[in-house]
Amino acid sequence: MDTLRETKEKVTNIKEVDKIVVRFSGDSGDGTQLTGMQFTDTAALEGNDISTFPDYPSEIRAPIGTIAGVSGFQVHFGSTEIYTAGDSFDVIVAMNAAALKVDLSRLKKGGIVIANIQGFDKKNLGLAQYPDGVNPLEDNSLENYIVHKVDVTGHTKECLVDSGLGMKDVERCKNMFVLGLLFWKFDKPLDNTIKFIQEKFGNKPEIAEANIKVLKAGWNYGDSAEIFTTQFKIAPAKLPAGTYRNITGNHATAIGLLAASEKSGLPLFLGSYPITPATDILHELSKYKANGVKTLQAEDEIAAICSSIGASYTGSLAVTTTSGPGMSLKTEALGLAVMLELPLLIINVQRGGPSTGLPTKTEQSDLLMAMHGRHGEAPLPVIAASSPSDCFDTIFEACKIAVEHMTPVIVLSDGYIANGSEPWRFPTEDELTEIKVKFLIEPNGKEGSLLPYKRDEHFVRPWIKPGTKGLEHRIGGLEKENETGNVSYEAKNHELMTRLRADKVNSIQDFIPLAKIDNGNKNAKLVVLGWGSTYGSIKTAVKELIAEGFNVAHIHLRYINPLPKNLGELLYGYEKVLIPEMNNGQLLQLIRAEFLIPATGFSKVQGLPFTTAELKERIIRTI
Amino acid sequence: METFSIDTIEKLSPKDFSSGMDVKWCPGCGDYSILKQVQTIFPDLGIPKEKFVFISGIGCSSRFTYYMDTYGIHSIHGRAAAIASGVKAANPDLSVWIVSGDGDSFSIGGNHFIHLMRKNFDVNYLVFNNQIYSLTKGQYSPTSEKGKISKSSPFGSIEEPFNPSELALGAKATFVSRTLDRDPKHMQGILKRAYQHKGTSFVEIYQNCPVFNDGTFFAYSDKETKKEAAIFLEHGKPLIFGNNEGKGIRLEGLTPVIVDMNDGKYSANDLWIHDEKDKTKANLISRFFDTAFNEVYFPRPFGVIFTEDRPVYEENMEHQIEELVAKKGKVSLNQILSGKKTWSIL
Repeated sequence: MDTLRETKEKVTNIKEVDKIVVRFSGDSGDGTQLTGMQFTDTAALEGNDISTFPDYPSEIRAPIGTIAGVSGFQVHFGSTEIYTAGDSFDVIVAMNAAALKVDLSRLKKGGIVIANIQGFDKKNLGLAQYPDGVNPLEDNSLENYIVHKVDVTGHTKECLVDSGLGMKDVERCKNMFVLGLLFWKFDKPLDNTIKFIQEKFGNKPEIAEANIKVLKAGWNYGDSAEIFTTQFKIAPAKLPAGTYRNITGNHATAIGLLAASEKSGLPLFLGSYPITPATDILHELSKYKANGVKTLQAEDEIAAICSSIGASYTGSLAVTTTSGPGMSLKTEALGLAVMLELPLLIINVQRGGPSTGLPTKTEQSDLLMAMHGRHGEAPLPVIAASSPSDCFDTIFEACKIAVEHMTPVIVLSDGYIANGSEPWRFPTEDELTEIKVKFLIEPNGKEGSLLPYKRDEHFVRPWIKPGTKGLEHRIGGLEKENETGNVSYEAKNHELMTRLRADKVNSIQDFIPLAKIDNGNKNAKLVVLGWGSTYGSIKTAVKELIAEGFNVAHIHLRYINPLPKNLGELLYGYEKVLIPEMNNGQLLQLIRAEFLIPATGFSKVQGLPFTTAELKERIIRTI
Repeated sequence: METFSIDTIEKLSPKDFSSGMDVKWCPGCGDYSILKQVQTIFPDLGIPKEKFVFISGIGCSSRFTYYMDTYGIHSIHGRAAAIASGVKAANPDLSVWIVSGDGDSFSIGGNHFIHLMRKNFDVNYLVFNNQIYSLTKGQYSPTSEKGKISKSSPFGSIEEPFNPSELALGAKATFVSRTLDRDPKHMQGILKRAYQHKGTSFVEIYQNCPVFNDGTFFAYSDKETKKEAAIFLEHGKPLIFGNNEGKGIRLEGLTPVIVDMNDGKYSANDLWIHDEKDKTKANLISRFFDTAFNEVYFPRPFGVIFTEDRPVYEENMEHQIEELVAKKGKVSLNQILSGKKTWSIL
């Protein structure tokens, strides 16, 4: 490595830029996700605002070198506030020809390609379906871009020639060369990644050493090789003062549950069956056994929710996590949870559907299922997270509603924010509100009788733990007599109970915040109404349009059932309402039905988030 | 587990376990007997009433929950085992009883049944097997015999039935037993054994449906036929059955053989001695059902077919938690919130 330094006598320009989008792209076995996450972590620790978008195939190891096997990790980082992972890329790191082929169309004109030349040999070009004899690195087709051809594999091998490691282990280090090079390119330190490697390979010191050596070699290569003449500097972002960490949506979800458990004093129980992209929540919570968290990997989605209902019955904060197909399987049990009136959290990390659909891609197409996907009249609260860190607040509030209002609550997240990450100014324990829990411990009726379905002024029934002396009683899926909870098939009683269950959910409106305008003002000509993970894209688009002089505004919904009290009033103030969704217009239907306004929708169902550009274009066209 | 000293527990009577709700099974239904036997043995189990939880599914059997003055959930079809697993995992201190039927357990709830056996929660699982769907008015069930004429099989069922004890053994159940509604004493004994067993106790109860499948199991309880048709297993006792205890079962290699006890060739010492802990033999006994050995069918076995001690799920779960609490200690919420890598913006 040092030999490379000796010959160095080059001049490096340093360019200050606001924000950059880097796309790491390679085979799913290339360690692309890990490289991207390491880069992100360091950028975050250096104070940049960030937003990431892991974009990978559903196959664990798709055929090597093929287009189907390309795994991408996109990171948008900057010194200004960042709300999306970026529409197009400034830099593509292409580990092979297929990666370049997939991502080139979204590289900005004048953008940078860092290509691993060994991934562009005859075999790889063929696998990427370039015509015979065509190599994009050699035929001037990339003349509008800056192309750095780097022998990543070769340099890695050279660097580890004396390491004594086998070829396979050596090959596995090549992503560290790229990472080192990128750290040089963006003037970032190596320490964080070195520490990460040392921890990850704590009991394999030779592997740790090799990775660190290659990482440093990558950095030194950038520093000395003549082809790299420009380094970019991105100053720390001017975010609100405070202490930050980087967080993904699924991780924030898990932490939200742990926090709610702590603030309610209830033991946490998760019944779950593995399903992409929700499984990381199960992984994360399974680590917290020392905090008394009980995670039960159930035999199927149905058992996952049913075991959670059982746990809730005993007085736990009970949760089940899933995605679309699993949600379908849980719907019968959801009806039971509504009927029993027990607190329960159902977290649906949405993905492209129907059926197996696009398991690793994002969509918002389960909203109407969350609202209506049950037999009978079975209303329940539905709330949606809008960004990775917002998953924390959304989950915490969902737990509070479930427990304080004795109802199952559906939380909608999706693949984009579940896997994506951003800086999070996390709260301290003291900043979190209390979750009030009261178990009934003595009879609540006349003459010492028990009325398990006697309601308070918000229509909430008491929570009674089995084991409480003298309060033995039975609950079930059959319709209940008002207050006593005894089985009743009486006609008027069923109507009354149906209404009471609905009133209970509706009355939650009194406990949720009013809708507020995120950007723009209430006299704007058009309002963009969004929900869930489209937040970042809509925020960026509306902010830019306002700066460009357009009279637009943005309102974003967290609470979809019940809706905030003032939403109608707000929406009536606008001439036009545009609702962009990653579905065929589901919130659109709800809003039109609720408020009888001629809102228009903007649909995208490509498994990808909205780009700022397409949103801006549609908003301008609609105005 | 919490223990209770006898003097702190008020003495309960069977009546204390009656919820007082009108029992709405058909006249003559075998479920009445099961309810009676459960209410009879409960006061003797020595645990306070509020610790009992019944979880049932859907079907005639599952109305059981409403008639017991304990805690309970009458849930949804086939899911009682899944709900019970959550109850027991979340609060191991409760005495959890699952009540289900043949359709509820072996058809719609089949998956939960096998996994509950495998995971071995310390719960008691009563299946009221009447070999018919009764609440939906008479369709063949997964335990109905092949050829069964029912409303949904007017020309005879073409399906092979499950043999529940064989299924439970295959699913790694740690307690497999069979009893019947018309033998109250036997049922009480089995229910007590089920309660005493630590682990999932599977109790198959042959239950007469007087409306849709009347008399299916009478051969095992009627005086004239019982001795020939049924064999009552007792641990450590030879396998003897038949009128005047005239028949015995020997194990010749891996083949059971019925021998005449009156021809002077065999004494009780030559017979197969029932060993509840022997799974190989339990597998054979469980097949005294629809398997013919050397073209001979064997009497239907009642009693504890198999039992073994194996750590239970909820304790394994608690132990893991205790170990980790001791080793790592609880992570404070502030530590969880901040994670390991943070940066500050002033």
